[in-house]
Parts: sequence; structure tokens; C-alpha cells
Amino acid sequence: MLKNKKLPPIFRIIFGFISLHKTAFICSLICVLFTAFGNIAAPIVLQNVTNLITDTINHIVINGNNLALKMEFWDEILFNGCLLVGAYVISTVAGLTYSQINAVAGQKYMDDLRRELFNHMQDLPVRYFDQNDKGDIMSIYINDVDTIRQLIINSISEVEFFICTFVSVIVMMIMFSVWLFLITIVAGVAMVLATKHIGGHSSKNFLVQQVNIGKQEGYVEEMMNGLKVIKSFCHEQESIDGYHNITEIFRKTGTKANSYANILMPVLGNIGNLLYVLVAVVGTIFFVNGINNFSGMGGFSPFTVGIIVSFLPIVRQFTNAASQMANQVNTVALAAAGSRRICALFDEEPEADEGYVTLVRGRYDENGNIVECPEKEATLWAWKHPHSADQSVTYTLLQGDIRMFDVDFGYNPNKIVLHNITLYAKPGQKVAFVGATGAGKTTITNLINRFYDIADGKIRYDGININKIRKKDLRRSLGMVLQDTNLFSGTIMDNIRYGKLDATDEECIAAAKLANADSFITRLPQGYNTYLTNDGANLSQGQRQLLSIARAAVANAPVMILDEATSSIDTRTEAIVTRGMDNLMKGRTVFVIAHRLSTIQNSNVIMVLDHGHIIERGSHEDLIKLKGVYYQLYTGAFELE
Amino acid sequence: MSVDLNVDPPKFKYSEMIRAFLSAVREYKKPTFIAIIFIVLETLIECTIPFIMSLLIDTMGDYSTGKLGDASIMNIVLIYAAILVALAATSLVCGITAGRFSARASIGFSTNIRRDLFKKTTEFSFNNIDKFSVSSLVTRQTTDVFYIQMSYMMSIRIALRAPLMLIFSIVMAVIQSPEISWVYAITVPLLVIALGIIIYVVMPIFVKVFKKYDALNESIEENVRGIRVVKTYAREDYEKAKFKDRSAEIKVGFTKAERIMALTNPVMMFSMYVSMALLIFIGSYMILDGIGWVANENGELVIGFASLTVGQLSSLITYGAQILSSLMMISMVFVMISMSTASMRRVYEVMIEEPTIKNPENPIYEVGDGSIEFKDVNFKYKANAQKFALSNINLKINSGEMVGIVGGTGSSKSTLVNLVSRFYDTTTGEVILGGKNVKDYDLETLRNNVSMVLQKNVLFSGTIKDNLRWGNKNATDEEMVEACKIAQADPFIQTFPDKYDTYIQQGGSNVSGGQKQRLCIARAILKKPKVLILDDSTSAVDTKTDAFIRKGLRETLPDVTKIIIAQRISSVQDADLILVMDNGTMNGMGTHEELLKSNKIYKEIYNMQNRVGGSDNA
Repeated sequence: MLKNKKLPPIFRIIFGFISLHKTAFICSLICVLFTAFGNIAAPIVLQNVTNLITDTINHIVINGNNLALKMEFWDEILFNGCLLVGAYVISTVAGLTYSQINAVAGQKYMDDLRRELFNHMQDLPVRYFDQNDKGDIMSIYINDVDTIRQLIINSISEVEFFICTFVSVIVMMIMFSVWLFLITIVAGVAMVLATKHIGGHSSKNFLVQQVNIGKQEGYVEEMMNGLKVIKSFCHEQESIDGYHNITEIFRKTGTKANSYANILMPVLGNIGNLLYVLVAVVGTIFFVNGINNFSGMGGFSPFTVGIIVSFLPIVRQFTNAASQMANQVNTVALAAAGSRRICALFDEEPEADEGYVTLVRGRYDENGNIVECPEKEATLWAWKHPHSADQSVTYTLLQGDIRMFDVDFGYNPNKIVLHNITLYAKPGQKVAFVGATGAGKTTITNLINRFYDIADGKIRYDGININKIRKKDLRRSLGMVLQDTNLFSGTIMDNIRYGKLDATDEECIAAAKLANADSFITRLPQGYNTYLTNDGANLSQGQRQLLSIARAAVANAPVMILDEATSSIDTRTEAIVTRGMDNLMKGRTVFVIAHRLSTIQNSNVIMVLDHGHIIERGSHEDLIKLKGVYYQLYTGAFELE
Repeated sequence: MSVDLNVDPPKFKYSEMIRAFLSAVREYKKPTFIAIIFIVLETLIECTIPFIMSLLIDTMGDYSTGKLGDASIMNIVLIYAAILVALAATSLVCGITAGRFSARASIGFSTNIRRDLFKKTTEFSFNNIDKFSVSSLVTRQTTDVFYIQMSYMMSIRIALRAPLMLIFSIVMAVIQSPEISWVYAITVPLLVIALGIIIYVVMPIFVKVFKKYDALNESIEENVRGIRVVKTYAREDYEKAKFKDRSAEIKVGFTKAERIMALTNPVMMFSMYVSMALLIFIGSYMILDGIGWVANENGELVIGFASLTVGQLSSLITYGAQILSSLMMISMVFVMISMSTASMRRVYEVMIEEPTIKNPENPIYEVGDGSIEFKDVNFKYKANAQKFALSNINLKINSGEMVGIVGGTGSSKSTLVNLVSRFYDTTTGEVILGGKNVKDYDLETLRNNVSMVLQKNVLFSGTIKDNLRWGNKNATDEEMVEACKIAQADPFIQTFPDKYDTYIQQGGSNVSGGQKQRLCIARAILKKPKVLILDDSTSAVDTKTDAFIRKGLRETLPDVTKIIIAQRISSVQDADLILVMDNGTMNGMGTHEELLKSNKIYKEIYNMQNRVGGSDNA
């Protein structure tokens, strides 16, 4: 879907629809054709009836009023009537069918599009989320997808319908009079030019306005988030003035955009009226001067009033259709902008994963070798390492041994933020990182779980190059508790189970107990079934943190990364959380980042980072003896009165 | 601080809501009025044009039956043509004028609503803000206003034109031929009933689906926010599956709604076709039946139409189409307005919300000194709340003292200090500042003299200088540097390439938490207040810097009363007075040494934090 990157985005979206719902599209197209049938039938029948009436009257004039003539007339009328009713039935049924088909297919496509977008987004690297504003990403789903909804649901079938009307109208015109048709063409060109000019201005301004709305909403969001600060600084008037300026720009562009949009219809409508007059006048001139008509029906023949009378209603149909179609200009322009952003998301490269070493359950066989086995018999986790050279497979026990050798890294290739990082974390060891904000603590953990890839050096996990490990398996072996907790809408149980989807309730509760979360959960009225919304807004920060620890506990990963997990919690709660974490850390390799030294003091190794360099390393005692930066930090907390 | 965020279910009249919205028209009354006049004119002309056109066709028809002579036809056609051209020109002018003025009026109107809303929210007290919650205030001012604007813009033209068109077309149809226009008495009610049923059935479905749609978008937001968690647990596929279900649910709902909505077009076509078929049959019968000998202008007898002419028939069909399509448009306007009703209500709720804290009648504009006294203060966030957030607070702070407040989360530390600057008003009891009740001060005077660094502090997009000037608009560069030095912000600002002109992104996302806090403290110092309150404002600052900040405050602002709320004992232990809050009450008060001896909670916190010093840490 949407693969052809050479096409303009809006066509990619439309062709995506057509190719995914070929049958529906073709069926609806055929039905639209039939619907247009009704539109053609009506004037033709009306024309026939008019002719019939005129003929009959002429007969009456010549032959006098007789019953036989009237009967004949009624037969003719009946015939035309059946024709008309038949056409109407077909047209109505077809109309019913295509609008239903479009509704179903359109919604299906919206579903496809949403899902494709979301699925694609899931596979994007963390870098994408770090580099793009959350609000911008959200606006793709909220605003841009909606522009496509408008386009697919309304515009496509309308445009289809109008194209059919146009074709039928043009055919009819040619049937009646080519000369008059040529006049219509001239007016048609005028209409296209007017639409291009006015509609172009209008769409341009609508797009600008779209941007302005974004700006204005951004301002509102910022100010509302800082509303209490505004109040405390008595900054109300300034923020009102700021908003006034932003909305003034919004007002100006909005007025412009809508003026153009409002003008388009009257202009087109009146071009249509002029066309009507022109056709009537020219037709009459031709007729009075006895100029021959050239038509699809009769070839060259004298011009009659009947031709003009029949032609005029078709002219009106033509102009109506033209103005209706021009009405879609803004929808299409907005959809074009929307599809540009949607396609930009689609064109983001997904996270590459060239890893082939996988994580499997296993046990030792009688010879002490690791063999793969089903979950029930499993006693251990192992890395399954297939070797392409000799088709053999080796298994390595998952222990949690992580080593980095001379690792360099930069988020931006030109700016290296980690230099020459070398570290060993043996199974069961606790490694701590200390340093100022921006020193590179979190960056190191981002490399271990391959949110980002190193620029130089190597990282080994149980002796395996981590690039060879499948990303999903690598991450599954790493538990993370971050400062920002990020819970999901759902029950507390659901949130804990996020760590291990097939965990039983008992396992989840056990994990919660391990994390010290059980006591507060059971005190909630609904206990484990308490429904959380909005990132667990109804819980305190400490409680949220306990849940995220429980989530990590149920995942039961051999390696844990704790990134400032307790920094936004008050001391008494921290004590509880710390106890939960201590339980979790037992027997695991742990990487800890904390700015409270109390949390890391018992680590096996403490790395002091400064501007991407490890400047000190060793145990707490070693570092105290070293009397370096760590010593200063440590004592700094206590030499102060 | 747990506040019930549920807003009471709205009870108000529609007429009042409409009046409130209409009051935002203000300076756009004139353009609105002009727009309306020209829309009416344009519509009238537009309805006249087909009438003239039918006359033209009739004349031609007359010609073909011999009523008119060769010579006259050209003249008559030219006369009609001239009339039509004149009408078209007028209609064009009216249309353009109406279009421009209605754009000005409607955008102006929606701009006014936005501004009113924004202004209203800035008048809100903390109570009002809590009641709505920040995120809901944002939604109401963005999504909801946008919906209202869209439906207003789309419907204003149609809402005026469609009923006019309807009435005019009915009148014209009846004038053309009362004998046959009764056909519409069958098809119009048919269409009205059908449209009514469609709207009745589809509205609740739409409302439900849109709610689910919002929920879907929220879950996407949750996913984007928590993408690291998703990736950490390798839950991409799980998230995809979850999303698939939700999206499918919405698809089902929307499909149902759209399918019903899609019926409107065929229903419309059906009514149109039935009318046309009836008109043609009955019309041709009537025409033929009514044919008789009529005298023409020369006194000769010619065939003429008694009851209905061919031209009349065709214009009847035209008017019929107009009647039915204006009904369609009216129904669309109806759908649009009812879909935006929910948004209108939500916006209206903000519009009519009364700020709970207002300036007193004869306010005092001078604050004597920074002494603070709490007399028997009790406070709860909502009048009907059961639990008091603060009870029985009696406290005296001398001007220039440094006071520390400690206590766990939920102990109402922030609530206590919020009463000083009247972010909330006491439920009973008094808060005295500089010898006067805080309620007697001018709000701006009060808040400029009680400078508060909020727990959830925010920087705004703009340069560091812009942010600092919040404290004092006219602050000189020297004053700013001075304040930043006290707040220990100057050293890191100097490391930025642009120094004090460094641009801070929205929410201060490009500075660290500790840097943000220090900038916020500097901003508060610049106000030169009598009372400075730091509500957990150094939590992300390391202990050493924290101590420097306090030292700076003590030395440079000796006359300013300083209240410091903190988690760390080290942040408050050198204060003149320390309060220990627990569960909304004062659990203890005294100096560090006194509390260590007498207060259990204080001692517990202290021991916990200082276990670091001990060698064994199991």
C-alpha cells in the first residue's frame, strides 16, 4: 500500500484506496454510471413529451379534436413514462448501491489506513519519537487522517458522480447541437480558470490557516499548562495580549481563505447564468437567420426552437455539476496536505533488525548441554545461535553478562556524546552511573537495548555481539524502570501483565508483592481491577512507580535498567519503592542511574560520567579513597550544615 | 493533592447558551447584518432567475405553436436576455459581497469566542482550574471551538439560504400552477419524514463513535508517550493487535453510521424522481386536456393552453428540485449543529464559570511587611468535600524568617502556602499578611508581594531573558544576572552559546529539570517580593547547589520571608522554623534540633535520608 514514492502523496492515498478495494471501486463506478442514467433520462423524456404535446396540438389544429389521436398520444406518453420510471428505478437502485458500497469500502480503507499508519509507527526506531514532537505525531492521526476521511467518504463519490453527469451532459449536448455545445465549452473553460484562480487562493489560504490553527492551539496548550504560573506572576494581561496577536493572524488568514471560498460559488453560478443567456440568444440568432444545426442526432438540419428549449435545461445541469465539483476544491487541498504528512510517516525507515540470535526456553540434557524445550520443562533461557556456515546451532546460557568495549556514540554522527566507554557488568552485578544531566548516563542504556546503535566499538551480551541478537529478544531480556512511568489505559492487572502477556493472575500478584505494590493495590476499592486512565492519573507518582516495578518484575528479565526510577518520589515513599526494587534486583545484572547517591552506594561498580567520558570507576569505597569527583559529590551532601 | 475533577452535569437553557454565543458577535454586527441582507438578496435573485428562464422557454414554446411571429421572437429573447444578464450581474455582486462579509463576520465571531474563552480562563482561580483540569481546558479551547467554528461556518450560509430557497420555491411552484403543485404535498413530507428518521437513528450512533474515536486517539497518544516501554517489552505486535481491535470497532460504528447517512442521497433522488414522474404524467394530461382555441393578438384563433404550459411544467420541475435540495441542506445543517452541540455545551460551561476568587471592593495596594499569620485555618477543596485538606492551622511567621515545611505527599504542604497568595481561599479562619487579611489586598498587589515558585513550574517558549522578565517587565540585564546568581542559574546559563538569549522551548524541554527549577527561582526573585515561597523547587537540584541557593537567599534577601517546602531534611534543617505537616494538620513545629528530639515523623524522615552515612545498607 502506498508504495510508489514517486507519485504525489494524495494520489498514493487515492490509488491505495483503489488498489485495496478494486471490486468495490469498480462496482461503485458502474453504479455511478447507472445513476447518471436517471439524470440523462429525465430531460430526454421531457423533450419527447414536449414534442409529443406539440405534435398532438398541431394534429388537433389540422385534423380537429378526435379521440383516436388522443389515445395514440396516451400510448406514446405511457411508453415514455415506462422509459422514465425504468430509468428512475435503475438510477435509484444504483444510487443506493454505490453509496452503500462507498460507505463500507471507505470506512474499511480508513481502518486500513489507520492500522497501517499505527503498525508502521510501531516499527519505527526510538529516534523517530525522540526527534518528532508528540503533538505533531498525534496531529497526523487526529487531523490528517480526518482530511482523508472527508476525501474518501465524500469527495471521491461526488467527483465520480459529477464526472458521469458531465459525460452524460456532454453527450446530450452533442446530440442536440454541436454549435451550442461549443459555446458551453468556452464557458466551461472560463469556469475552470475561475476555479483555478479563486480556488487556488482559497486552498492556499486554508493551508496557511491550518498552520495558524496549530500555532494558536500550541499557544493555548502552553498557557493552560502554565495557567497557575500565569496567575502567580499576575501575567494574565500579557498572555491575553499574546493570544490576541496570534488570533489576529488567524483571523486575517481565516477571513481571506473563507472569502475566496465563499466567492467561488456565486462566480461559477453566474458564469452558468450567462452561459444560459448566451445559448438562448445565439440559438435564437441561428434560428432566425436560418442557419443549419449540426447535431449528433440529426446531422445537418435547420435550427428549431425545440432544440433551444431542450438544450437550455442541459446547460443548467452542466453548470450545477460544475459548481458542485468546484466545491470539493478545499477538501482536496486539505487532503493533499494531510496525505503529504501521512506519506511522510509511511516513508520513515522502520527499525532495521539484522539479528538472528534468538532467545529460547531450554534445559540441560543428561550430558550437561543446553537443549531447547517447551515452556513447561524449561529451567533456563538460552541464546540460540544458528551458524550459516555449517548449518549448526549453538546455545548459550542467558546470564546477563554485558560488556562494552571502546564504545563511541552520537545521536548526530557529527557530534559524539559518548567517548571510549568500556565497562563490564558480570552476571548479578550492580553497575551504577553517576553524573550531571547530559553526561550520557541514559545514553549508555539506550545503547544496551539498541534504541540507538553505536558508532564505534563493540557491545557483547553473554559473549554475543548484540547486533547479532534479534532486537525483540534482546529487549525481552532487559527489564527497564524509567523515571517516567507510562502506564496504559486498562486495569492494574493489565498493566502488570504488560511485562509478560501470558502471566497468570497469581504471577502478577506475586510480582506486585515483590515490588511492594500489593499493599496499596489491595487497599483500592477495586483492587487489581482498578481501571487506570490517562497514564494512571488517579494514582500518586510513587504508586505508579511501584506498578512499573511490578511490571518489570513479572517480565523477570535477567538484566535490569533502572533510570532515575525514584527521583520524583518523596523520601518515605522512596523507602518503600527502594525495598521493592531491592527485591527485584536480587540475582540480576542491574544498571542504575540515580542522582541520589544513597540508591547506588551498594553497587559493585560506580561509573562517574562527565561529558560522555567515564572519569572515575570503582566501588563506593574505592571512589571515596580516590577522593575525586565522586568523593566531592558524596561528601558535598554532608559537609553542608 | 487529590481533587475531584468531575464537573457537575450542566443545567442550563438552550436559549441562554445561544445568547451567550451571540454576545461574541460584538464588532461584527455590521458585517453580519450586511452579509445577511446580501445573502437574502442573492437567494431571491437566484430563485427569480429560473422563473425568467421558464418565461423565456414559454415564449419560445408560444412561438412554435404560432402565437408569436418571426419578427418578435428575436426582440423578446433579447429582452429576456437583458433581464437575465442584469439579474446575474446583481446576483454576482450580491454573492461576492455576501461572501466577503460573511467570511469576515464568521471568522471574527469565532475569533471573539476564542479570545473570550482565553480571557475567561485567565480569570479563573485555582479552584476553577482544578474543577475543569488543564487538559480539559485545552480541549475546550482547541478541538471544541474548532468544531463549533466549522459547523457555524458551514451552516451560516446554508442556514440562511436553504429556508429562503424552500419558501420561495414553494411559493413559486404554487404560483406556477396551483392545480399541479400538490404533487409536492406528497413528496416533501415523504422526504422530511425520511430525513427525520435518518437523523434520529444516526445521531446517537455518531455521538457514540466519535467518543470511541477520541478514545482511540488517546490510546495512540498513550502509545507514543510510552513508546520506550512498548519497545522495552517488545510489545509492538501486542500494541498492533490492540489497535486493530479498537480501530475495527470504530470501523464498524462508522460504517453503520455512514451507511445510514448514505441513504439520504437515494431518498432524495427517490423523492425527486417520484415528483418528476408525477409531474410529467399529470402535467401532460392537464396540458392536453386544457388545450383549446384561444385568440392571439391578431384576433385569429390559435391553439392555446388553458391550465398548464410546457414551460410551466419545466419550471415546476426546477422548483421541485430546489424544494427538495433545500430540505436536504436544512437536514445537513441540523446534523452539523447537533453534532457540535456537545462542543457548544462544553465551551459554554467555561463561559459561564464564575471565578471563585475576585478582587475585593476597596482593595489595599500596599503590603506592610512579610509577616504571616494563620488563625484557625480550615480548608477543603470543595464545599461538599467530606475531608478537610487543612484543619486547625495556627501559625505565626515573622517577617524575614526562613521557614521550612516537610511532610509526605498528600500532607497538604502546598495547600498551606497556596492560601497565602490566595490561590485558594480558606474555608474558615484567616490568613494574615503584613497585619491585614489577604482577602483585603488587591490580588495583583498580593501576588506580586508573595512570590511563589510552584511545584509544577513551567517555563514558556522564549529566551531566558523573556522568561525572567515575567518576574519584572523592566528588569535590567544586571538585575537578571544578579537574580540568576542567587538562584545558582548563572553558571549554567554562561555555558550556553547564547547565554541569556538562549531560546527555551515549550515547557522548557531543552533544559534539565534542575536548571528549570533554578530559572524559576530566579524569575520569582526578580519580583522583589516580601514573601518568597519555594514549593519543592529544588528537588532536581543537587544538595550542594541547593545549599548555595539557600545561602544566597538568606544573605541577599534578609528582609524577605522565605518559606521552603522540601522533601530533603537537608534543605530545611538550617531554617529558623520548621513545620512538619501530616495529613492536613501540623504535626510539629520548631527548629531542627527541637524536632529531632520531639517529632517522630521528622526523626523518621531524617534517619531514612541519613542512612547513607551509615556503613551498612541492606
